[in-house]
Amino acid sequence: MTDKRPARSAAATTLLTVAVITFPMAGNSYHLHMVCLIGINVISATGLNLLTGCAGLVSLGHAAFMGVGAYGVAWFGTHLGLPFYLCLPLGGLLAAGVGMIAGLPSFRLKGLYLAIASLAAQFILSFVFNEWEPVTGGRSGVTLAPAEIAGLRLTTEREMYYLIAVITVAALLFARNLFRTRVGRAFIALRDRDIAAEVLGVDLRRYKLMAFGVSSFYAGVAGGLMAYFFKVVAPGQFGFQLSLFFLAAIVVGGLGTVQGAVLGAIFMTMTPEVLSWVAGPFGPVATGFLAPVREVLFGLLIIVFLIFEPRGLVGIGSRVRSWHPRSWAQRRSR
Amino acid sequence: MEFFLEVSLVGLAVGGVYALIALGYVIVYRTTRVVNFAHGNIMMFGAYFFFTFATLLDLPWGVALVLALIATALLGTGIERVLLRPMLGRTPVVAVMATFGLVFVLHGSAQIIWTANDFFLPSIFPNRPIVIGTMYIPANTGYGALIALVAIGALLALLRFTRGGLAMRAAASDQVAASALGINVPATFNLTWACAAASAALAGVVVGSITTLNPNLGMIGLSVLGVVILGGLDSLAGAILAGLIVGWLEAITGFYLSASYKDVVPFVVLLVILMIRPHGLLGAPTVERL
Repeated sequence: MTDKRPARSAAATTLLTVAVITFPMAGNSYHLHMVCLIGINVISATGLNLLTGCAGLVSLGHAAFMGVGAYGVAWFGTHLGLPFYLCLPLGGLLAAGVGMIAGLPSFRLKGLYLAIASLAAQFILSFVFNEWEPVTGGRSGVTLAPAEIAGLRLTTEREMYYLIAVITVAALLFARNLFRTRVGRAFIALRDRDIAAEVLGVDLRRYKLMAFGVSSFYAGVAGGLMAYFFKVVAPGQFGFQLSLFFLAAIVVGGLGTVQGAVLGAIFMTMTPEVLSWVAGPFGPVATGFLAPVREVLFGLLIIVFLIFEPRGLVGIGSRVRSWHPRSWAQRRSR
Repeated sequence: MEFFLEVSLVGLAVGGVYALIALGYVIVYRTTRVVNFAHGNIMMFGAYFFFTFATLLDLPWGVALVLALIATALLGTGIERVLLRPMLGRTPVVAVMATFGLVFVLHGSAQIIWTANDFFLPSIFPNRPIVIGTMYIPANTGYGALIALVAIGALLALLRFTRGGLAMRAAASDQVAASALGINVPATFNLTWACAAASAALAGVVVGSITTLNPNLGMIGLSVLGVVILGGLDSLAGAILAGLIVGWLEAITGFYLSASYKDVVPFVVLLVILMIRPHGLLGAPTVERL
């Protein structure tokens, strides 16, 4: 079993790579649109999972940091005339900077008090998005030119797809490897027992700030991609609801694992779509009820997962996998 | 100066309503260690129950109010029994996350049951503004504050003088010891949720009378969460004090700066205070041991 594992994972990687590259040839523009959204949400959810799932710092302001990245990208592009490949990382860095400032209260606050402090960051940043008109364009928002790499303008979903796919894969690889480094272990230590971690020599302040920084960088890049994807940035996109959306995604997916953020983001992005496919044939009355029914279902999902499967979709997956070999072995021994 | 006094008075009246909402959070947190993010949405349901009994079923408003309080209290006990009981013994953070789920469920169901339209609650207050000297206080805000004050008094008396209140305070100070002394802790939790939900219903009716009734009424619960943290999550006096402070601040900034600053000022003040006093104004500092 163990000697087959690397071969199997290599095969899976190849298959996945081929699927990612060939997908645009099979899917129509709606499919591509959804997959692009999933990619953006996966990046952002992974960022939140590093902060909340891994380092144990609950953030209710993740969407606001996405907003900082989106507005940053738009501003760097239109006002400074920077090329796209500088704008995106700069937007991420700007979000990381704001995120670290928003993370400062974590020096003194813990648990729920910290969560509410991040809620304060959400409301204050939303206020800035709405009111700082010279930069953010106020309530109507700002528009930006499509991304451009080496003279190629990324205007269609197909072109954006490749960009988003590459960045998503890079973000996931970085997150997976981070878990295995000194920094990742420090995050886990400060989640599990911060005082014990400090006694053992983990510099709490440094790693808390770092967690906020990395998480907000992910959010900023996701927000920047969102800006290039929709070509418009408006304050309504980055409200408290979106923060809750990502929190729900990592709870449903699985806290503290890379797969958890991926599964959660896919699940939360696709559920409303699947619901509208189901409701479509029942006519306008059913589609009128769609939004509230979707909300109720979201809520129930969160609750059901918390009560019955705290490890999320990942937990279900590993349960299924661990069930198979055992039943196999039992059958053979008989 | 006179404007300042008038605006302050209106602000303090609104603050009284905030204090009532904040108390609902604090009562639940002290006893069960769960911050109920859905408190605002329970408020919204309370207001809708009142609307249903008073307008749709055409009952006199006093009867409708009592029925709404009972219905919301039942909703609260139901939530505790179905949603939070299975989570007893796990870390409170899980239960807090579950109340996020509850936010979605309640907000969505309100739209399904009563649609997303705006409604007006039947007016239960006299129509004339309250006049003190040369100062006017809008009737809804003024009488709303009076109701809130009475409700706060009743809640505090309940906690102080009844057996159930004693059980709640015992569970708040030490769950294991309370349990060992024969207090039925889960039943106490249930009672706590009922009381908090009833107070939320009253607050919902007051807020719904000041503004209009729609499924977003519960959003006010989020800004009041700032109030709760400002006062200290586990402090009854802190909730009342912080409610008055935030109500006053909102009125002053809304009047002297602009209405859009109203939503953000409480949170800025909150951040500043938390940096100085990490457990809020009157919250009990926790000592952590390994």
